[in-house]
Amino acid sequence: MANRILLISAALTFVAVFLLLPLIAVFAQALSAGLGAYFAAIADPNVQSAIWMTLTIAAVAVPANLIFGICASWCIGRFDFKGRNLLITLIDLPFSISPVIAGLLEVLLFGLNGLLGGWLSAHNIQIIFALPGMIIATIFVTFPFVAREVIPLVQEQGNEEEEAAVTLGASGWQIFWRVSLPKIRWGLLYGVLLCNARAMGEFGAVSVVSGKVFGSTDTLSLAVESLYESYEIQAAFAAASLLAMLALVTLVLKAALEFSLREELAAVKRRKAN
Amino acid sequence: MSASVQPASRGFTWRSASVLPGFAPSLAITLLWLFVIVLGPLGVMLWFTAGMGWGAFLAEITRARVLADLWVSLRSALYASLANAVFGLLVAWVLTRYKFPFRRLADALVDLPFALPTAVAGISLSALYAPDGWIGSQLAHLGIVVAYQPAGIVVAMMFISLPFIVRTVQPVIEDLEPEQEEAAHLMGASAAQIFLRISLPAILPALLTGFALALARCLGEYGSIIFIAGNKPMISEIVPLLIVQELDQFDYQGATAIGVLMLAVSFLLLLTINLLQAWVRKRHGQ
Amino acid sequence: MPTEIKIANVSRAFGGQVVLSDVNLTVHPGELLALLGPSGSGKTTLLRLIAGLDQPDWGSISVGAEDATTRHASERGVGFVFQHYALFRHMTVFENIAFPMRIRKTAKPVVKAKVEELLKLIQLETLASRYPAQLSGGQRQRVALARALASQPRVLLLDEPFGALDAVVRRDLRRWLRQLHDEMHITTIFVTHDQEEAFDLADRVVIMKDGKIGQEGKPIDIYQNPANPFIHEFLGESNHLAVQVQNGVIRAEAGFEIGHASVPDGRAEVFIRPHHLVPVPAAQGSWRVGRITATGAQARVSLTRGGITLEAAMTADALLETGLRQGDQAELRFTGGTLFAPGVGPVRVSGLPQTGVRFLRTGHAGA
Repeated sequence: MANRILLISAALTFVAVFLLLPLIAVFAQALSAGLGAYFAAIADPNVQSAIWMTLTIAAVAVPANLIFGICASWCIGRFDFKGRNLLITLIDLPFSISPVIAGLLEVLLFGLNGLLGGWLSAHNIQIIFALPGMIIATIFVTFPFVAREVIPLVQEQGNEEEEAAVTLGASGWQIFWRVSLPKIRWGLLYGVLLCNARAMGEFGAVSVVSGKVFGSTDTLSLAVESLYESYEIQAAFAAASLLAMLALVTLVLKAALEFSLREELAAVKRRKAN
Repeated sequence: MSASVQPASRGFTWRSASVLPGFAPSLAITLLWLFVIVLGPLGVMLWFTAGMGWGAFLAEITRARVLADLWVSLRSALYASLANAVFGLLVAWVLTRYKFPFRRLADALVDLPFALPTAVAGISLSALYAPDGWIGSQLAHLGIVVAYQPAGIVVAMMFISLPFIVRTVQPVIEDLEPEQEEAAHLMGASAAQIFLRISLPAILPALLTGFALALARCLGEYGSIIFIAGNKPMISEIVPLLIVQELDQFDYQGATAIGVLMLAVSFLLLLTINLLQAWVRKRHGQ
Repeated sequence: MPTEIKIANVSRAFGGQVVLSDVNLTVHPGELLALLGPSGSGKTTLLRLIAGLDQPDWGSISVGAEDATTRHASERGVGFVFQHYALFRHMTVFENIAFPMRIRKTAKPVVKAKVEELLKLIQLETLASRYPAQLSGGQRQRVALARALASQPRVLLLDEPFGALDAVVRRDLRRWLRQLHDEMHITTIFVTHDQEEAFDLADRVVIMKDGKIGQEGKPIDIYQNPANPFIHEFLGESNHLAVQVQNGVIRAEAGFEIGHASVPDGRAEVFIRPHHLVPVPAAQGSWRVGRITATGAQARVSLTRGGITLEAAMTADALLETGLRQGDQAELRFTGGTLFAPGVGPVRVSGLPQTGVRFLRTGHAGA
């Protein structure tokens, strides 16, 4: 019994010190100069612009990877073909690559001395150090999020209902919309949630490709860095608190969706056992 | 009445037959997107590197600063992952085995490093462990300095890689059969003996997988570390930061060489992880 | 208008393994046909080929007047009931049955009327707004059938329709399916490994083994005249004896005589149904009575002679009449059997005159 208490205390202490404290510190620091200063920091036009930038990037990156994830889950989850496992591994690549490398890749492609750099500046197209570049970098790092949630789900669920729909005369689009999509909705939502959290919070990759001009090409994460480096600590934490709140909301929704997802998988397994 | 139709014999088929439509379009979109976003750019980088020539490549990655930073990154990642292997196992064990107040909260908190943006974690850890921070000030009494030192890197890496170990090991602990432990208990084994001889060997494959995942994450991490690390070249500078510095100075060649090196290490780790996961599946399936 | 199905020279192999080998079959319009066989016989594969869920490597399949071999599954006018029903989990019973009509953009009132009509047919009017997970196995089965019927199929295909259900439900559904078929007259093919089910339900039975058709015909014909030893044993219990034929007399290798058959001399095999063995108490009899099991109305008696053990079956009453006990001696009368000789088709065995054995007549119902 004493063993148990010792272990639990040790574990809880570790979690409290290593995980909880950093979280609390964000809000403590943000509010360290009072609520007035807090709201002033958030209302600052540069921070507002950063928020806007973050939302815009997510609004492009998440739907793009959502559609990709759906397509990937259809061809990979429902069919068997040579090279399928290789394809899955390739899709997972961005997951195991440092975000800085993602930025590096873009610079090599679109940077001034990069592959397409000359052509781009000749046509006056600005990708690197501008919004398009940041969007592309974000798409890269969030690439596998939806696919890797939905593919296993589709594989578990199998093709029987879809085959039945075929015998009943449904077209491909009808099968997808009426039969398949309702089945994978929890997996899709879960994937979108994680994709969005990462897209809004991404730092390393966008840091490399952004113009780092606070107020025009900064995302919220980059704004946090800017403010911190210019010793506007309280403002930095105020901006950070917005991201922390996003993280908390993500965690809550994640837990709720995990529940539904697990229920769905359990139902699938039950049907298989019958 | 129909004439007998003789479809050509199938021979080599690259995909299994299926009545479901939409294979070609979905595969086309998937491959296209994969190429445009991931493979194309990676290919460009490798092509760029190839253009460098083997000699130049080696010269770049054997520079003193690169090697020193590699050592900083690697050493810190190892310390952090090892520490997390111990603490992460502890947390996973306690969360799975025991019921206590705040258990749900603790379990949810484990996912925090997954969800919290790295810059936020970075400045928060930096503030916490700074000489005037909540934890830093306490440690100062003990003469330990963390912020702006190599130790800071380890702390930050521990923060971001903890969930990899906990979440990998938890399912395995959940599936441990109590009967084996009960049998050992009846035979007179102490709790420590039971853990070391029966539970731990069963958990080991998953623990190793989590360790490898944590290691991979630590090596690639950027945002959480640069605020709390000193970022002094060769002493407390991590490899990703080195790449950023080189890019800032338009040294594309240097940055690319190091990037390729990092990729090589990532792939090696990925391979190891896949093999370990296959081992876990085999063991676990028994 | 009931539809005919013609299967000609169909072959299919999966990764080097031949699953169907040159299968030829005609399914008559409006008939209820059973594809019967052990697992691995290719029966489900054949069914899926007819449905268009798979393509044959060789051969052709016609549904109705046209060659359907290259037609897509969604255009063949085939209603398929899957082994595990494949109901759409996220739709109610009503929506499941309405699905084939909704995707054809049928008008709402028409859909509603038809679905209600089908619900009445399957006797599940009160469950229209339930989800499949809330139904029993038998109910799901009926919904799957109604959904298949809702697409107005020319042909109905059922893959092991009652396999996952318990015995009582199975029997009820069998009866119900037969009634349905008699009313609707849709050409129906169902796949099963249960001999009793096939024989009970079907107009015609096709027995398959190793990708080939072993025998086909009316249930009673097959039962009386199984084409080969495998089918004989598949259709029901039988005692198996290796025999020698000399001058038309069949002698077991242990020495005793069994009966007559006009086949050339040489080795052969004889299969005898348990109810064609009649033990008769005899103090000097050459058979020894072994274990006797009486389970309800049926009794089984095990008899041994010279190293050979045979199982006889009779009604419990008949057993009582004989007064036989374990350990008694007895004589054995063979009232029938089928002989298979190499190169010769199945031959009826007739009993020896001195043991008073009769000819086995056609029309003798099984045990």
